[in-house]
Parts: sequence; C-alpha cells; structure tokens
Amino acid sequence: MPVITIDNQEYSVKEGDNLLQACLGLGLDLPYFCWHPDMGSIGACRQCAVVQYQNTEDYRAGSRGRIVMGCMTQVTDGAIFSLNGDKASEFRKTIVESLMLNHPHDCPVCAEGGECHLQDMTVMTGHRDRHYRGKKNTHRNQYLGPLIHHEMNRCITCYRCTRYYNNYAGGKDLAAMAAHDHVYFGRHQEGVLESEFAGNLVEVCPTGVFTDKSLVNDYSRKWDLQSAPSVCTHCAVGCNTLPGERYGKLKRVHNRYNDEVNGYFLCDRGRFGAKFVNSDKRINNPGLRDEHGRYNIIDPHQALHQLVEACQGDNNIAAIGSPRASVEANFLLKTLAGEQHYSPGFNAQEQSLAQLALSLQQHSAATIPSIKDIECADAIFILGEDLTHSAPRIALALRQSVRNKAYALAAELKLQPWQDAAVRNLAQDQRSPLFVAAVTDTRLDDIAEQCHHLAPDDIARLGYAVAEQISGKANASDEPANTIAQALLSAQRPLIIAGSSCGNAAIMQAAAAIADALALRKNENAGNSMLCLTLPEANSLGQAMLSPNEAPSIEALAERAYKIDTLIVLENDLFRRAPAAVVDKLLQSVTTLIVLDSLETPTLATSQLALPAASVAESEGTIVSLEGRAQRYFPVSECQGERRASWAWLLACLKELGHPEAANIHRFDDITLACSAAQPMLKGITLAAPDHFYRNAGVKIPRQPQRYSGRTAMRANVSVHEPKQTEDDETALAYTMEGLNRHQPGSLLPFVWSPGWNSNQSLHKFQTETGGPLKGGTAGKRLLDNRQNNNNQQKNSQQAVATTAPAAFQASAGQWLLVPRQRIFGSDELSSYSDNLAELLSDASIEINSADASLLQVKNGDGLSLGENLACLRVVINNTIPQGCAAYSVGIAGTFNLTLGQRVSLQKASDWQRPKQADVIASDGGAHV
Amino acid sequence: MMSSQIIPSLSAAELADIDAEISHAPYKAAVAIDALKIVQSYRGWVSDESLKAIAQHLEMSPAELDGIATFYNLIFRQPVGEQVILLCNSVTCWIKGYEQIREQISQHLGVGLGETTTDKAYTFLPVTCLGACDKAPVMMVGDELHEHIDRNDLTQIFRSREQAQ
Repeated sequence: MPVITIDNQEYSVKEGDNLLQACLGLGLDLPYFCWHPDMGSIGACRQCAVVQYQNTEDYRAGSRGRIVMGCMTQVTDGAIFSLNGDKASEFRKTIVESLMLNHPHDCPVCAEGGECHLQDMTVMTGHRDRHYRGKKNTHRNQYLGPLIHHEMNRCITCYRCTRYYNNYAGGKDLAAMAAHDHVYFGRHQEGVLESEFAGNLVEVCPTGVFTDKSLVNDYSRKWDLQSAPSVCTHCAVGCNTLPGERYGKLKRVHNRYNDEVNGYFLCDRGRFGAKFVNSDKRINNPGLRDEHGRYNIIDPHQALHQLVEACQGDNNIAAIGSPRASVEANFLLKTLAGEQHYSPGFNAQEQSLAQLALSLQQHSAATIPSIKDIECADAIFILGEDLTHSAPRIALALRQSVRNKAYALAAELKLQPWQDAAVRNLAQDQRSPLFVAAVTDTRLDDIAEQCHHLAPDDIARLGYAVAEQISGKANASDEPANTIAQALLSAQRPLIIAGSSCGNAAIMQAAAAIADALALRKNENAGNSMLCLTLPEANSLGQAMLSPNEAPSIEALAERAYKIDTLIVLENDLFRRAPAAVVDKLLQSVTTLIVLDSLETPTLATSQLALPAASVAESEGTIVSLEGRAQRYFPVSECQGERRASWAWLLACLKELGHPEAANIHRFDDITLACSAAQPMLKGITLAAPDHFYRNAGVKIPRQPQRYSGRTAMRANVSVHEPKQTEDDETALAYTMEGLNRHQPGSLLPFVWSPGWNSNQSLHKFQTETGGPLKGGTAGKRLLDNRQNNNNQQKNSQQAVATTAPAAFQASAGQWLLVPRQRIFGSDELSSYSDNLAELLSDASIEINSADASLLQVKNGDGLSLGENLACLRVVINNTIPQGCAAYSVGIAGTFNLTLGQRVSLQKASDWQRPKQADVIASDGGAHV
Repeated sequence: MMSSQIIPSLSAAELADIDAEISHAPYKAAVAIDALKIVQSYRGWVSDESLKAIAQHLEMSPAELDGIATFYNLIFRQPVGEQVILLCNSVTCWIKGYEQIREQISQHLGVGLGETTTDKAYTFLPVTCLGACDKAPVMMVGDELHEHIDRNDLTQIFRSREQAQ
C-alpha cells in the first residue's frame, strides 16, 4: 500500500485510489462537487484542489508546490500533499466564490436547505463575503413531470445531473444546453423526464436544482424529519430506504446505502411509490359490518374480541397470507390457522413459480448474485424479463455491468476506473455483451448486443439451445444460440437472469440449465456463473421459504370454500390474483371474512370484520428479497389512529385463544425467533438486524437528528404541553433525538449526518471506504448464500428440474397467447396508491403486432374484447410482439381476470370507450407545455 | 415502437446533403454539426421542428442534439434576418474602435446587439473573433468579411447592399 504525506502526517492508502477518495476514506474533510463515488472523477468543478510537492526538499524549502485536483490525482508512494495549507485553502475558497456568482441567496425557501452539499462546502471552505456586485444570470425553469422540481438558477454547473442521467442511467432526454456562463441543464422541451431512475437527481444534484416535488409542496427540513431504516416493498429487489416522517405523514424517501444491494440509487417506483402510506385509502379504525351491510367503527378491544370469537370453538378456520406482508405476520397467521389451512397468498401459478425459483436457487451450481455482483458481470443473458419494469434496480445495475468491457480496456492501459471521461472516451460504444430474449421490446434493448422477441416457450427453447451449446452437445452452427453461448463461455463472470414475469416455468428452468452448464464447464481461472431469478413481490421468496411444502393456493382454497367458517386474509387483495369468479366463490362461501390490511382494497371492502394494519412505515418486519436476503424494516413513526402492526393483531388473538405457540411470544423479536426455529430455511432471519436489546453506547438509536425542532409547537393546536415520547419496546430505535448515530450495525442506520456534512454526502463518514460496506457491516442476512462454498472443484448440479425444452410455440387461429407487459408505475399494487405517481399511471392496454391487428381489423386506440368477457382493453400495435401473442398490462385494473400463458380469443369491441384517465404517460409531454 | 415515423420537415435536398456527410462518417450522430449547418444553410435557422427531424434522422435524442446546437453561437435556434452581421468585440477590434462602430450600426439599423430589424433584413450579433486581428476592426455581413472598417465604409456597405436589393 502506498504511503503518502498529507500536511506532515503519513498515511497508508489504497493502491490505485485517487487522492480525494483517499482523503475522505481517512476521515479528512476535502470539499468536492462533481466527483461522485459511483460515477468517478472528471475534474470539472476544481473544488478538491490540494497542493502537491515534488519531494521532501521541495516541501521543506517552502516551495510553492503545485495545485492539483484531488479527484484526478492518483495516490503514489511517497507523494507529499498539503490539504490545509494557505494556498490550497485559498484556492478552494476562490472556487466556491466563483461558483456562487450566479447562485441566488434563496436558502430559506430552497428545499435543499439544511441538507445542501453546496451549503456544506461553502461553509467548509470558509467563503463568507461575496465581492461580486453585478447582476446574476437567471433562467426559466422547466416542467419535468410530477416527481421532480426544477430550479435552474441554483445550478453551479458541476455536470453531475447529466453524468448521472445520461451516462449512468442511460437517459436520453436531459442535456447540458448552451455554453459559457449560461449553461442550462434541462430537457429539449418541457415534459416528463423519461428515465425510471430520474428521482436520483434529487440526491445527485449537490444543490437545489432538482428537488423532490412532493417534498417541495409539503415541506419539512431534513433536520425535522424522523426516520428509520426501512426496506422498499414495491418489488423483490429489496432496496434499502430511509423514509422521513413529520406530522404523521411520510414526507419523502431517500436512499439508504447498502453496498451489496442498492448502493447509492433507487428507482422512482420505490422512491415515490412509498407515499401510498399517506393515501386516502388507508384505514384507521376497525370496522364491523352490520346486518344492513354497513360498516360501523368499533374500538380495538371489540375488534379483537370479534376476531377471537371467529377463531374459537368448532369453527373451521382458513387463512390467506401475503407475499407483501412480513415473514413474522405470515408466520403468526400460519400458526393461527394451522399448516393445512394456511395459504401463502399466491395464486396457483405464482405459487409454483415462487417454489420453482426457490428450489432452482437452492440447488444451482451457479452463484446467486447480489446486485453488486450483477454489476460485476461481463456477459449477460436475460430471458423473458423487462427488468426496468419488473425489478428496476437490477436494470440500472446492468447498465453498469455492460461497462465492464470499458474497464477491461482501461486496465490494459493502466487507466484507473474512476477516470470517468477517459474510460468513456476509450471505450466509446464498446460494451460487455448483453443478450435479451423477451416477448416484447424492453427498456434495456438500447444496450443489448442482440434482442430476440419470442413467445415464452421459444425463449425457453433458446435457453436450452444455449445450454446445449455450452455443454458441447449441439451443432455449432445453431444461431443465435452459438453466439450467445460463446459470449457467455468467454466471460469471466457470466450472468443469467430470468424470472416469473411470463408465468412460464420453462424459462426459469432453461436459465438454470444455462447457469449450471456454465458452472460445470468454466475454466479454472474464471469466477463462477451467476443465476438471478426475479419474483414479483417484496416477500415472494420469504413466503416460498415459509411454506416450502405443498401449500394451498387461493384457487385450492376456493375449491374447498364450503368447508370454511372463518377466513382471515392478511394484507392481500385476492381480486388481483385470481379471476373474480374464483374469488367471489371463495368469499361468498365463507361465513365470516376477516381482512387485515393497511388499505381499503376490494377484498377488504367485502369483509365482515376489517382490521387496520400498520404500513411498512409504521411497523417492523422481516422480508426476504429475490437474492434470499432477509432484511428488517423498522417503524419510522408511531401508528396513527387505531392501526396496529399485523403481527400485533395476530399475536393478541393467539394470546387470547391461549394458543400454546404464543406462550413464549411476548414481543416482535420472539416471533422472529420462533419462526427461525420452526422453519430451517428461515433460520437466519434473526440475524437480519439486532434485536430490541441492542444499545449503542448504553442507549437506543435516535430516530431524530440532534436538531429536530418544534416538538412542542408541532401539536400546540392540541396542547402546549409536550407529551412524553412514545416508548418503542420492540426495536433498538427510539422516538427521540438523544443517543448516538455512529458505529452501530448497518441495519440500524436511521439517517446519515456528520458535523459539517449535512447532506447525504456525509455517507462517507459511515463507510469503511468509497463504495465499500458500512462500518457497522452490510445490512441484511443472505439465507441462500452459496457464494463462499461454491468452489470450482466441487461443482455438482443437483437440479431436480426438467431438462427438455418445451415444444415450439404455434400460433393458433382465433386464439392468442397472453404474455405480460410490465409497467414500473402501475403493475405494483401498493405504489399505485401513491398520489405522486397518479399522473404517471395509465389505463390497461393490450399489445399485438400489426399482422394480428389487421386480422382483427383494429387500430391503435380501438377496444379489444378478450375471451368470454374476461376483459376489454385498449389496443396498442407493437411489431416486436410475435404473431399469435398478445401482451396485456399486468397488475393494472381491468386485467385481473386474465392469466399469463392463457390462450384467449380476441374480438373487436366496437362500442368500447377508453376509461377516463390522465392520458399522458412518461413521454415527451407536449400536453404540459 | 414509434421508430418508423415519416420525417415531415426535412426537404429532399437537405436529406441528400446530410446523407452525403453520413456516407463518410463512422456513425450517424458524428455528422450532427454538419447536419445542423446544412439545415441552417437552407432555412437560415434551425427550428424545434427541424431539430427533432434531424435528431430522428441521425438516431439521436432531441435533447442530445439540442445540447450541441445551443453550444454553438452560430447555429441559430431563433429566426434571423436575411443577413447576419457579426461584429467582432474582441480585444484588438475593441482597441481599434469597436464601440463607435457598434453605435453607428445600431443607429443605422435601429436595433441593438442580438436583435433583428423589423423588415427582417438584418440580425446584428457580436462575435468574439473572426481571425483577422491584423485587419481590425472587422465584421462579417452574410458571408463577406469587411476589414479595417470605418464610418465611411459602413455607409458604403449598407448603401451598396440596399441598392443591390
């Protein structure tokens, strides 16, 4: 390790790092703007200037040395720098002053104020008095959609926004316009930003040019926000989040760094979809239906009594859990109903696919990658997934994976990967190979070497053909299988991604077959192959693990509905999962329907007893992500109204019933413990985060920053006496600002702040090194971790899966195969309740190719009726869809009667009218100009 | 999905010129500046509509192309007059009387810098250097460079042009 001298002090630093990284890693304060730990250096802002000396003599002689930029200077053994010398600090002060020339003095009304990197750096450099007396440049702001607020006057032209948006996230509609002192960052015309990752601009921009529009319109300072470590529940990736609350409302969601999962970035569904917790559809009180069919609010004791009564005596109970509820709540429900009468809450198709994903991952000879591992892949084959819409954060990671080619080229020239501009210039359009086989066009097509649009069974067939090529069993002239196989074989870290989106088991099996073939054939020097299988919901894999044996699906329960007296449904809208006829049959046969949910779903609306459940922002729980990572989320704020965590309702019921299992369960941690003891596969969930006994320096971890203000004023309209803070008996966090937010395990980090670093850039104070794990360790516990024990010598695939490809897809006259069109905004249930995203949702549609359209005599915008009154949807003509297939918007109202892989007849619906709705989706928003 | 739209606003001649440039470039977007210049040579300026059409033809996003177009002062993103007057305000020309000349032109045309005459005959713009400092002060009217300009020259220049029309 090179040893460098900074201001007379010797430090050993990491080989290859730049000086800025090294300084921040050493805990030294060196200001910067344009550098970003995940985007590297371009040396544009000149803020991280230091003085470098030639040698010791040069330094001792009091020479002037030379000014160099920290972010562009690689550390070399024996180098001598001055960080705090007069010349260096004077230079940095002047730079800030020049950047501030056109910056308005609007901190008091700026949404960034209090967590502004520009504020921090200005204070840090000591710039106080402004000498410029001229007019400041002003700009017109643009409408950039419902999520992002634009305030161009505040720009300091660091170029971070375009570097993130275009280079990192692959966006095309944000650019740096003009030149000189009137550079403008915006769109060509006003309109909704197209990227599904635009929300990260809020955190990437060092000042207030791009801010969270919903926060701007309903504002609280960062220091007034109460927050807790949370996990995103809007897909199965399991990104770590930091929701911030004030006045009982969720104000915003920021990224919570996890080096192995989301790193520095979230997708917009996660960032803005979490606002569903503020929805009008939330329920606050228990409700009981009277004989006239009306709901009456009852108090919680009565509600509990009703629940207990319905479960008592000879009543036949059945229960339906949910892949969007925590492991703990599901475990208690399963305990209450008994294994035979508990359904994990999947429909039959979802259930078999979730179980398949679990068993394929358990038995695969390939590694199950984390998101960080995915970023390291150097050849990728995606089967049947439009990841930007089904597992968005993985799509962003893949945009980085294809750059591994560039890093390899750079390494040949001994160029460090953080030399961003140089590496990009060197590689130009050269990318690591990525192949997509999907039923429609996907958002990753622009970085793919080849895209194949095929019917689901044909995707699986291509997968098997590739597997055969790899194991050398097939004719080498079989294209495109041979090209894909060769690319995967010549890669060091090949990655295969598939998932449940198409509702097709063969695709996942084919993916596993390729990954296994690669694992068995890899040469000694290369790393293992990776297999990533995506699932639809936050806890899909956890549910598969909780009930690994045959468990009844929703349809199976419906079959024996006549035997059920009491049906308890936990956080699940059954109408989204099975055709209305099946659900109606189930719900109408049972005597008492009890629904626990946080939102007024159609299922809840048919219940006899409705119990208000706390949302993810008000309760604790463990969920298992698609990579098998058990992660704990913590309540950000106290429950409003009479809401209780689902587990709390169920535990109280078990206690009342005197259930033996509940005898030793007194609090949340006991449930986790009992669950890990009961189900070997979930053994590790207790390690997802420390239990409620954890203390940091003798006290609990504060949810509020030290400057949390107005605790008395906040409820002065009710009383000027400040009530005692709520005690949190369940977790190691407290509703207070007293305590230490340092050195605790990574899973207990409620916010990032460090003296002098008020913005999220303070993160480096909590990291072991740039881009490295948190000092307290990476959050979460991998339950399927085969990364260590999978060495090259002992590869032995035990796949208990089909090894033969399905028959080729045949279009049949008059029948169309239903395939999925996922939408980042809309396909997920909870986020579609978020007011923020309302404008971006659109009605359900069905996509067919133009040959099919002319056969059916329909054009864009016509209505098409599916099957026997299954659905009636708007036609979109899309020629990437194979003939004989029809892609419908999954998860969007109007399509719940449809099943993936089903064949239906299509017929023009001549009297169809489009449902009234905002008709602009994320596209060039001429309508807003 | 929407890739095969017809390009409405580029003429056959413009497309032919652009395609000629593309034929000796490694990829289409490489001729972005030339394409902008070609369209401007036909139309005097580059409208939003033209910009989108060029972007589509070059397989770029309008934002990307607009970033290039707005970077260059001499790609006009607003309509300009028949003739564009580029008066050098760089140091040599400034020493040699730029300010008086500017005033005089302004008076003659009745417009200030950055403006177009009401009859759309002239747009008056400053320029940082025309590469003829040894002949300062200089200006360009249309494609024509005028060197060592003084008061009489100006009257001459404008008179002869007005007569020519």
